[in-house]
Amino acid sequence: MSSIVEGFGRAFSLILHLDAELLGIILLSLKVSGTALIVATLIGLPLGAFLGFRTLPLKGFIISLLNTFMGLPPVVVGLFIYLLLSRSGPFGFMALLYTPAAMIIAQTILAFPIVSSLSHSAIVAVDPIIKQASMTLGATPFQVSLTIIREARYGIMAGIIAAFGRVMAEVGAILIVGGNIAGFTRVMTTTIALETDKGNFELALALGIILLAISLAINSALHLIQKKGSAGIKR
Amino acid sequence: MFRVRNILLSALCAVVLTAASASAATEIICSSTTSTENAGLFAYILPMFEKNTGIKVKVVARGTGAAIEMGKRGDADVAFVHAKEQELKAVEEGFFVNRHDVMYNDFVIIGPPDDPARIKGMKSAADAFKKISASAPFVSRGDNSGTNTKELSLWKKVGIEPKGQKWYLEVGQGMEKTQRIASEKRAYTLTDRGTWLATKDKDRLDMVVVLEGDPVLFNQYGIMAVNPEKHKHVKYKEAMEFVNWLISKEGQQAIASFKDKNGNALFIPNAK
Repeated sequence: MSSIVEGFGRAFSLILHLDAELLGIILLSLKVSGTALIVATLIGLPLGAFLGFRTLPLKGFIISLLNTFMGLPPVVVGLFIYLLLSRSGPFGFMALLYTPAAMIIAQTILAFPIVSSLSHSAIVAVDPIIKQASMTLGATPFQVSLTIIREARYGIMAGIIAAFGRVMAEVGAILIVGGNIAGFTRVMTTTIALETDKGNFELALALGIILLAISLAINSALHLIQKKGSAGIKR
Repeated sequence: MFRVRNILLSALCAVVLTAASASAATEIICSSTTSTENAGLFAYILPMFEKNTGIKVKVVARGTGAAIEMGKRGDADVAFVHAKEQELKAVEEGFFVNRHDVMYNDFVIIGPPDDPARIKGMKSAADAFKKISASAPFVSRGDNSGTNTKELSLWKKVGIEPKGQKWYLEVGQGMEKTQRIASEKRAYTLTDRGTWLATKDKDRLDMVVVLEGDPVLFNQYGIMAVNPEKHKHVKYKEAMEFVNWLISKEGQQAIASFKDKNGNALFIPNAK
């Protein structure tokens, strides 16, 4: 129990005396997970929308596949990307292994099924009257799609928030493809894993508390955007 | 819409830039073991090497098995590990060149202070293992690490197949976690003295050294460069600078001067 109390105390003192090394680790975490989230949204949202608007053969199967991929174990993704990017693997010539770029790739793969699947759910849940109404008002198919996406933004945002939570908390994949190299690919979660390994429980816990505080701040910001979105919908 | 596009563009730039910055000529990747990293050796000696040569050494710490595999696949430039037989085998297979002894520490058997298997006073590690197998739980790294390799060779020596036995717990984790699990389970385990000295107080381990000093428990660390003929991209020249520095007088002194909080030397240099 004393370790936990000490962990909280340590967290506050770490935040107060934010040193360059810790700041670097925090910024790299945000950079890696943030970039992965943006790329995942770029791929996932159009895919989710496409699946929502069109009738395709095997559509049910694709959706089941996406839903399964929402539960991809990060270690497996990490190992898979490792084997692809390894010097002995097919993309070894790109020299991406043990770089932040490799970590972004791994986290993008973890995040995009969540964005995609939850966007799809949000889009198919939009009242069909909206579609009919905008078509009656003379909207082109593209404008109709945009209207529906706008209607679904609350749900889409929820998907993005969920994906963000997954990548910020993930350690298995980035540990394998990033290598947890000090000052280069060391992020919040891999630092926590390392310090736990080293028996520095209080420090590890303190870092965990900081990570949660950052996530809380970002989620609050996203929630504000989401609220704006819902206020615009009047039925 | 433009703002969104700007964000996306800068995100793409970030990916490309981070990818490009990875291939600076003065950085090498050293695959090594958790025991050296967790003891803090690299944090202590690498700044000296970097100051001398301007070469930045990026350490990826894994179990010895994985560290050697990384070198074999060409994902590291140099490997600094401790499983001499595996190392020599990998050199023989042509994956590595220029292997050198660098330093050693030794393994010790640790167990609960009341020593339920009555190991204290014994001389032979193999006999101690035999005695533990009949009377107390034993925690194994179970991760193909150098420590695990040593432990398995001892079981083999006494003709016991521990895998699957009730008293044998394979945890598949690093040394420090393994020690903690052994402490919690009131079990015996094999550990390296460096990790033991560096962590026993910090982790509040309820354990003592029950056997030490058997020559069979000698733990030799070696360094070897990845063979540039196997992997053309490796930074062989820089890797060899690191190898040569470690076995030089200066590097050896750096290792000798590395001490834990209580002033114990954790590694004894012995390059020839």
